[in-house]
Amino acid sequence: MDIHEYQAKEILARFGVPVPRGALAYSPEQAAYRTREIGGHVWVVKAQIHSGGRGKAGGIRICRTEDEVYEAADALLGQRLVTGQTGPSGRLVSRIYVEGGQHIARELYLGFVLDRKSERVMVVASAEGGMEIEEIAETHPGSIIRVSVEPAVGMQAFQAREIAFALGLDAAIVPEAVQAILGCYRAFEDLDATMVEVNPLIVTEEGHLLALDAKMTFDDNALFRRPQLAELRDKSQEDPRETRAADRGLSYVGLEGNIGCIVNGAGLAMATMDMIKLAGGEPANFLDIGGGATPERVAKAFRLVTSDANVEAILVNIFAGINRCDWVAEGVVQALEKTPVDVPVVVRLAGTNVEEGRRILARSGLPIIRASTLAEAAERAVTAWKNDRSHRSQKAVNA
Amino acid sequence: MSILLDRSTRVLVQGITGRIGAFHTRDMLANGTTVVGGVTPGKGGTEAEGLPVFDTMKEAVAATDANASIIFVPPPFAADSIMEAADAGIRLCVAITDGIPAQDMIRVKRYMRRYRAENRMRLIGPNCAGVISPGKAMMGIMPAHIYLPGHIGIVGRSGTLGYEAAAQMKELGLGVSTSVGIGGDPINGSSFRDILELFEADPDTHAVVMIGEIGGPQEAEAAEYIRDHMTKPVIAYVAGLSAPKGRRMGHAGAIISAFGESASEKVEILREVGVSISPTPAAIGTTVAETLARAA
Repeated sequence: MDIHEYQAKEILARFGVPVPRGALAYSPEQAAYRTREIGGHVWVVKAQIHSGGRGKAGGIRICRTEDEVYEAADALLGQRLVTGQTGPSGRLVSRIYVEGGQHIARELYLGFVLDRKSERVMVVASAEGGMEIEEIAETHPGSIIRVSVEPAVGMQAFQAREIAFALGLDAAIVPEAVQAILGCYRAFEDLDATMVEVNPLIVTEEGHLLALDAKMTFDDNALFRRPQLAELRDKSQEDPRETRAADRGLSYVGLEGNIGCIVNGAGLAMATMDMIKLAGGEPANFLDIGGGATPERVAKAFRLVTSDANVEAILVNIFAGINRCDWVAEGVVQALEKTPVDVPVVVRLAGTNVEEGRRILARSGLPIIRASTLAEAAERAVTAWKNDRSHRSQKAVNA
Repeated sequence: MSILLDRSTRVLVQGITGRIGAFHTRDMLANGTTVVGGVTPGKGGTEAEGLPVFDTMKEAVAATDANASIIFVPPPFAADSIMEAADAGIRLCVAITDGIPAQDMIRVKRYMRRYRAENRMRLIGPNCAGVISPGKAMMGIMPAHIYLPGHIGIVGRSGTLGYEAAAQMKELGLGVSTSVGIGGDPINGSSFRDILELFEADPDTHAVVMIGEIGGPQEAEAAEYIRDHMTKPVIAYVAGLSAPKGRRMGHAGAIISAFGESASEKVEILREVGVSISPTPAAIGTTVAETLARAA
């Protein structure tokens, strides 16, 4: 789960990480008023969306008067901001954060991630802050400092000190840096984060350290024990189809293609998408309905996939283990009888009771295209999609 | 022979009294597994599926002489159950549970290091389909009838994609020595490399099918092992060719976040060390058959 910058800063501040003075606003009036609370002569208006790359996309604006703050907020609120990471539809800006401007002397990078290789929390820092870590790794690989944390005892002060000195910080602000680094680590550990990123961490001309931007991502599997975090979730930043799927126990990722996929198991779902692509089609989604492919889940999956207007054919690929194919077949039949779909549906069943499952599909009289192997399923789905498409355009021409 | 388990493996079921635990206990018994009891705290002294239930793993091991356990405990308590198994002297633990917090798994992995390597429990999973030595025994949730007993090892992250491979192989008369699901989580008990080592040492396994997916460094680690130590043919398929960068594909671990983690990069790394690549997920069986024919 991702959260907004302002939420991450609130959390980090509680763990002793210094952040600039700032306040949230939902309207241009509120934004302008916030400038008086914050004080100073320069303010930064920052669009709150779950994405990086906001600066380049015009989502961060420096303002010198209250009027400019009003105008910047007015321009950003309600807009869909498209960054390099959001995809073409962008993310809706419904809140903005107003912050006091800072005199920046240096920009540093500080990140905390779960390192899968060492199976530990890895601290990553660089004196080249302000750009994405991938970019730093490419342009200044030598500047990257990595420290791995021993899980039994957690991060130690000396490790934070080593990072601070390696960043070339002035001895006078090293204690501040140690406090900030250890604070981020404690927030990571205490709240089951999977990523904490402060980029840039700045040194001001006045000689202080501040987290100028902050990102936190939390482990979805640990939200059961972090109810205070679950409240920070902003569903408006998520793909509504993905949210609806997650709320129904399905795992869905929307893509750009036309062939909707309903599969059990994440690996098989990815493999099915690969097959569609190899057969000359493009998958519209990733969808794993889980090991328990019950008739109800199959029905929900159909509703979800058909709610995507781009879907022009559907491929169901179920390898039944514990759930028998006859049961899954009944689910498919029920779903299609209740909510008929006007696109071709290809169903491939394999595993336990496969013969009975195929008989049920055949007996139903529904226009289901059956396939027995994965290759056949993908080919038939792509062929059916192409035929249906030319048929449709033919109809459109005739009309 | 086979790796990890056979008829002589004495299995305890952690979470035997739950609906899912009970269901799969029946299935494992039906497939020849020597299940000797179960553990559910607070239900000690009762019976489930005709087997004795204990409150703690230590009691259960003392009473049944078990050397393996399978975990169906819900995610909030699963990491604790794995550590309890390790402390009770269990040698092989298969964690089926999906949804264990990553930091719990970091703790589990650290905890297991308190035991000397020769006494350390081997953990398979979590979030996996388990292990099956067809015709002998299974510790898992797979449909046993799709596996033909034989001489090919299977190791993969995904459950159903592993079934797909086994079914394709059965269709061609190719049998399986042992199939191991290592699970879809970012931090797991055994890696591809760990399982490849076991297959390399098993005289009854003649070739290995490895089913990888996007995300994580484990396929690249496996490639190094294959290059330096593996004498048996390895056939691989990597799922997620069409997966976009930065999006999590169902499994917590299936996300391309670094260089070398995409399907095409992994395929290249494996191909370079001499692994036969199945070009599509539908060609796993035929790629195995061709590779064996070439090796013969």
